[in-house]
Order: sequence, then structure tokens, then C-alpha cells
Amino acid sequence: MVTTAPAAYDSKVEGNIIFSRLDACINWMRKNSLWPMPMGLACCAIEMMAAACARYDIARFGAEVMRFSPRQSDVMIVAGTVTYKMALAVKRIYDQMPEPKWVIAMGACASSGGMYRSYAVLQGIDRLLPVDVYVSGCPPRPEALLEGLMKLQQKIEREKAFSDQKKELQGVFS
Amino acid sequence: MSLDEAASRLQEQFHIIQRIDFRGEISLELPLELLEQACKFAKEQLGFNFLTDLSSVDNFGDEPRFEVVYELYSLERNIHLRLKARVSEDHLEVPSVTHLWPTANWHEREVYDMMGIRFSGHPDLRRILMWEGYPYYPLRKDFPLEGKSSNTPDVAFSEPAPLAGGPFVTLPSPGHIKDREPRARHAEDQ
Repeated sequence: MVTTAPAAYDSKVEGNIIFSRLDACINWMRKNSLWPMPMGLACCAIEMMAAACARYDIARFGAEVMRFSPRQSDVMIVAGTVTYKMALAVKRIYDQMPEPKWVIAMGACASSGGMYRSYAVLQGIDRLLPVDVYVSGCPPRPEALLEGLMKLQQKIEREKAFSDQKKELQGVFS
Repeated sequence: MSLDEAASRLQEQFHIIQRIDFRGEISLELPLELLEQACKFAKEQLGFNFLTDLSSVDNFGDEPRFEVVYELYSLERNIHLRLKARVSEDHLEVPSVTHLWPTANWHEREVYDMMGIRFSGHPDLRRILMWEGYPYYPLRKDFPLEGKSSNTPDVAFSEPAPLAGGPFVTLPSPGHIKDREPRARHAEDQ
């Protein structure tokens, strides 16, 4: 009696091969090892440090490798009040980060200027950088930052970088 | 030497425009030309070896418009004396006291940054809080809280902050503070 195996099933390699889409794999790898660039500018940075420490442990989400070099980081966490004097330094560090890169605006000040309606403060980092996730709070609790990080992970999960690139290339060569 | 004796000796030595005694504090107002000598005298003869603070006041509408305030302190005798001098808007130049108290260096830079009063003889008179190239002096009374727009290429830019009706702004009106402060206003009023 001849039985036909399902198309993607072979008992010899069972458990060793996984079929998936390339985008799904890339996104899975990216979202689980987000190396943050800790742009700590004010009290939000204290909560960011708390989120990195043992009790809240940002390592559970693969984002524990705080990189103080923009060349090695994936996500910039802008934590704190961005003054105009600091704004272009933040922008410059963002420009030095390699693609793909994301930005989390942590706290009221980084999101909107917060309570600093003043001549010296940039009214939200989104006036300079493309922000992916805003975290509310003044300052946000570590859980809120982790929630923001999870939101960013969900966003990365839905990215279609490779299939978009494939479509572009098809347009070029056809 | 008590505070009163120290003030009297300064009064004998220099022409004092005004002396104010208030709750054990003494403020002496001097002509601007005598200020540096008076500081030197206070440090070397009267033992005021510590400059606690150096600040400035903008009496907008008065003439002379500005005022510089020196808070002197004697660590040995635990006495505290305040010297003041008026500065005219036409001649915003005050002698530096950095050679007497090195701590005056950054205080004078702050006064220059915020009020635009220049200190002659200062070793390094740059802005300290705002960036080089910023065209305004933000602590002057005629400068709006929300700021003004400016642009210094490759250094910084600034834009006015949205203030009107904002949640942290007390309304300017002659009414009672409880009706003016932000928490008294409801969202629908704004």
C-alpha cells in the first residue's frame, strides 16, 4: 500500500527543518534583540535604568544590551527633556545609528515638551526624529517602558522589509 | 567684627547710595564705578572671603534698568552682606570680580547669558546655558516665556512653545489667585 506524505513533511528531517517566510524570520530576530541607545536626558533615565535592573529586567525582551555607541544600537530611547541645545546632538546620534532603527519617545517631555512650555525646550522629539512609540508618564514607570518596547516589537513583527524589496526589484528587472 | 561694623566701614570708605536693613540683613547699593573697589575692600579688609551668589535683576521700565546683586559671606565670622549696583541699558558693562572670587566666573557667564550684561575683564565670557549664536537674552522682562524663533545652522534652532490656554499657565488678571491658577479652569473654558 502506497501512502503519500504531505508536501512539507519528511519523517527523516522532522524536527530539524522549519518552513517560514524570510520576513517573519528577520522580524523575529530583530524584535528579540533590540539593542537600545539610552538617550537619558532627565529623570526618565532613572526609570529606564530601573527597567534595565533585576526587578523589571528588560533582558526578558532582549533589549538589555545598552549600547553607548550609536553604531551598535537599534532603538533610541529618548528619555527626558530635550532642550534645543541638546536637540541637534540627539539628531546627530540618531543619524549615526545604522538602519534599521527605531525611536521610543519615553515620557511627557520627549513626546511633547511636557510641562516645559518654555523658550529652551524642544516641544517633542518628533519634530526632529521619526518616533515609533510614545510612552506616556512623567516619568513612566518601568512597566510602561516595557509596554512601549512590546508595542515596538509588535510593530517590527508586521514589517515587510524583504517582500517590499523583492517587489521593488521585480519592478526594476521586468 | 559684626555685620553692622562691616557695613559701617564700607559706608565710611565708599559713597553708598542706599542702605537697607531688613530682618538682620544689610543691603548696600553703590554706584557702579565703586563696585569693584568695594568688593576688593570687602574681601581684603573685611574678610568676606566667599561669594555666595552673583545675580541680576531686570527692573523693566525703570532707569537704570538693570541691577547686579552680589551676596558676600564671611566664613570666619558667619556674616552675610549684600552689595547692589544699578546698570544702565545704554552701557551694559560691569567690571568682573573673577580675580577676587574665582567662583564669579560661571555666575557672570550666567548673568551675561540670561540678561545680556557684559563683564569687562572676564577671562572667558561665553554663554553658559543657551548656545553660542542665540540672539536673545531670555530672562529679560520683555522676552516672552514661550520664546522666539531662531536658527543657528549646525548648532541649534528654537521655536515658540505653544502656551495659550496651556495646562500650566496662570491667567494674567486682577482676580483672586484661586480663580486664575490652572487647576481652577475647566477643559471646556479653554
